[in-house]
Amino acid sequence: MRPELRTEILSLTAEHLRLVLISVSIAAAAGISLGVLMTRRARLRRFALAFANIMQTVPSLALFGFLVPVPLIGGIGESTAIVALVLYALLPILRNTLAGIEGIDPAVRDSAVAMGMTGWQLLRLVELPLAARTIFAGLRIAVVTTIGTATIAAAIGAGGLGVFIFRGVASVDTAQILAGAVPAALMALAADGGLGWIERKLSPG
Amino acid sequence: MTALVSFRNVSYRIGEREILRGINLDVEEGETVVLLGRSGSGKTTALRLVNGMVFPADGQVLVEGKPTPAWDPIRLKRRIGYVIQEAGLFPHFTVAANVGLVPRLEGKPPEAIALRARELLEQVGLPAEEFWSRHPRELSGGQRQRVGVARALAADPPLLLFDEPFGALDPVTRLGLERQFLGWRREFRKTSIFVTHDVREALLVGSRIGVLRNGSVQSLLTPQEFIHSPDPEIRTFLATLEWRPEE
Repeated sequence: MRPELRTEILSLTAEHLRLVLISVSIAAAAGISLGVLMTRRARLRRFALAFANIMQTVPSLALFGFLVPVPLIGGIGESTAIVALVLYALLPILRNTLAGIEGIDPAVRDSAVAMGMTGWQLLRLVELPLAARTIFAGLRIAVVTTIGTATIAAAIGAGGLGVFIFRGVASVDTAQILAGAVPAALMALAADGGLGWIERKLSPG
Repeated sequence: MTALVSFRNVSYRIGEREILRGINLDVEEGETVVLLGRSGSGKTTALRLVNGMVFPADGQVLVEGKPTPAWDPIRLKRRIGYVIQEAGLFPHFTVAANVGLVPRLEGKPPEAIALRARELLEQVGLPAEEFWSRHPRELSGGQRQRVGVARALAADPPLLLFDEPFGALDPVTRLGLERQFLGWRREFRKTSIFVTHDVREALLVGSRIGVLRNGSVQSLLTPQEFIHSPDPEIRTFLATLEWRPEE
């Protein structure tokens, strides 16, 4: 392997990882808090789930394209890509937060209220710990799919391993495509394995 | 003498269905009032009216002379110990954390909570060394109920509510815990409201017994008055005690 190719793989992998980490962190913060709010507000729940579902159905390349002309969040570059990736990562996190909290035995929640827990104590001491594993599973799905989707971010100039893939497709150069696809696939596998391990460590309650 | 808990003409509805209607009863300090009723008679609802989990549609429930809606809802619940069928323990908490929960919610110092939890576990017959760090799934049904009782007592509440606490236990374990309950009653001198569908249990643990039927309670009778009552519903309940296989 040419040394300059190796350097480029490393730097684009780092860039890719950065995109994924930033996007999933934002999606996790937004998704978990929105998910919790949704268990308290039925109307928000319908609205937010519908929104996240629709976001998921928009083809990813199209979503990146749609966002470019949008003022403030749009334009060419990293921030637009992050907005799109966050929108994609939102659904699995939102859905699993909801499923995790709503899957708690109603008798346990009832007993928490009867013990005199405030809403905040109920969330912090009972709901989040008991839902942690399910929420984390959603996070894991979000990380793995974002690693894949982030390759498309290169189309709007956000960098990452997609740079190799688009270049390879344009110049019909399989080696270039592989230079992007293989590290992305390895990253996804490693993330899936590592996060899966942590997930199993979390108490099932 | 003022009653610790008073039901004043209390009714409760879910939608159109009337669960409780016109209940009047007073629970005096130190006694154990048993509400006996068949499934769906509104026994659990009657308890939930006391700790403000629900409020009456009509009438008032007074706790320490104050109507439940006038209480700070959190304050009221922490002043009342609640023991639930199947214990309702928190599956992710250890026995110690379950028992110490209410003092912890109250912000008591950890050493004081640990001391209290240890003392209570001993009192309900679960040696702390052995049970301290176990989780509810590592306990038998009877042990879970004991933890449930210890948890209800942790903040030293003046009033305890028991919602069919021994209903899910085998008859032998159940009798053991009922006998133990009498011991606790003497030891802790708490006022209790206890609901059950088991007339045998009612006679054993109650100082006064009321039958819930068609959403209301006629009167509270001592066990002696109860077994001699001509009331047809009471006779029906008592008949369940007399049945024997034919020789």
